[in-house]
Amino acid sequence: MADLRARFAGIELRNPFLLASGIWGESGTSLKGAYEAGAAGVISKSIGSAPRSGYPNPTVEEYGRFGFLNAMGLPNPGIEEYPREIAIARAAGVPVIGSVFGGDATEFAALASKMADTGVIALELNLSCPHAEGFGSEIGQDPKEVEAVTRAVVAAVRIPVIAKLTPNTADVVELARAAERGGASAVSAINTVRAIAIDVRLRRPTLSHGMGGLSGPSIKPIGLACVWQIADQVKIPIVGVGGIETAEDALEYIMAGASAVEVGTAVAFGGISVFGRLVADLSRLLDELGIATLSDAVGAARAGSAPPAG
Amino acid sequence: MRSVCTVSERVQETPSTITLRFDYPGIARPGQFVMIWVPGDDELPMSLSYVGDRKGVTVKVMGETSRRMQGIPVGAKVGIRGPYGNAFDLRPPRILIVAGGSGAAVLAPAAEAAKENGAELCVALGATTASELLFDQRFQAMGARVFRSTDDGSVGQKGYVTGVAAELIAARPFDAVWTCGPEVMMQKVIRAAEPAGVPVFCSVERHMKCARGLCDACSLGPYHVCVDGPVFPAPALTLLDEFGAFKRDPAGRRVRA
Repeated sequence: MADLRARFAGIELRNPFLLASGIWGESGTSLKGAYEAGAAGVISKSIGSAPRSGYPNPTVEEYGRFGFLNAMGLPNPGIEEYPREIAIARAAGVPVIGSVFGGDATEFAALASKMADTGVIALELNLSCPHAEGFGSEIGQDPKEVEAVTRAVVAAVRIPVIAKLTPNTADVVELARAAERGGASAVSAINTVRAIAIDVRLRRPTLSHGMGGLSGPSIKPIGLACVWQIADQVKIPIVGVGGIETAEDALEYIMAGASAVEVGTAVAFGGISVFGRLVADLSRLLDELGIATLSDAVGAARAGSAPPAG
Repeated sequence: MRSVCTVSERVQETPSTITLRFDYPGIARPGQFVMIWVPGDDELPMSLSYVGDRKGVTVKVMGETSRRMQGIPVGAKVGIRGPYGNAFDLRPPRILIVAGGSGAAVLAPAAEAAKENGAELCVALGATTASELLFDQRFQAMGARVFRSTDDGSVGQKGYVTGVAAELIAARPFDAVWTCGPEVMMQKVIRAAEPAGVPVFCSVERHMKCARGLCDACSLGPYHVCVDGPVFPAPALTLLDEFGAFKRDPAGRRVRA
């Protein structure tokens, strides 16, 4: 049986599958449920300084098997209320990564510090939500901001800091380099791809916010390309995310250079039990391919990478 | 996928409740819900009150959005996606239906379907006052025995529908109880049915966003109302400290249910 443990940025996980931020992240019981279903860890909903209702519905548009378009608008109960949910998950032994979003480096640092106090094992910085004015990718598209935010957060906490990057940029590698310069322990890539849908009968966008972000199988090749490009240019580890539905999808990301992966939209297709299936399938797949430990597969598809150790 | 449907019929059911009908083909089972979008306004989860090709939702004024939804005229376009969620099990031969206020909206199509299966139906129908009894005629027309209660005593037994339900459970044999209404009401129904050992199924409401089991807005203990519900067997609910206690607002904060 292959060794599925994922190790990166000082974090050790029982397998490479993390619950992506924004999925099942409102209640501690749900986070616990994802872990019990097989996820190695869970990433919280993105939390801000104050409670935020997000955009009015419709916040989601469905594309059948291709995935979803969403503009939730960063709904969250705020950093003062949310720790009770993390506490529920932590009490059950769940490794929780806390996701935060802020409007500038100072706000990010203050949030990160409060989030670290809840006992999360790492932080993920939302520098990539594609549809929230003043937050997310509006900051995360600017390498200077990415560096400044990362540096401020790294100075404020003692746990690993993962910068979640946006694909909605001319050069994702620049963003990854900026996060590395700022002292990030890792980057995660990608967040949703900016997208919109229009109802021709109603002559209007179908989401209340208009612009949204695309997730699911249709963005997997885009996420893979970003991970591939980043892996070439930075030394810090990468968490791959975008359209992962099967163990083979995950292994693609890992062979492109990711040390772990996040899974989100697939929960809509397979339910939360998708995590158990991914773990079992990845174990079988590695055995079939003669890969003894997951870490041997990291970056294995890259030119010049060492052949897998027996 | 969302479809755009034209409202073909608008029925004033009670002073505070209207039904909107629209042609939205496809199979829906009684108990399931759709996300109905009023363009330029909110999108809300609504249990189907009619499940044939000409489907319907029955809207009671609860807040600003439902008030605006009541103003939708015949000919207006609405966005519909779904149906989502689970449905009532239509097999029990003797069913007691306990409906509080607009709870009758989801129970009426389930009752019709069960009746077609040959079930015997008793309905405990409660409202604040006589004019607010929802689907009274509809339940009678399908051949159900209807027992009414009103808070003000204007018709039927004075008091809450749970009183009527408890008397019926004590007096007659039932194979299942279906209920929808305020959570404190459903809790009382569950307690009333417990001594008789009759299984109770509750249709539960929570704020929803994605309706596909992703966003967690409708989390209820380990469940998501959009995919695991909205119909739950009572034992799944009574174990939860949040049923009848709190739900989550659009920001995810805990607020009183």
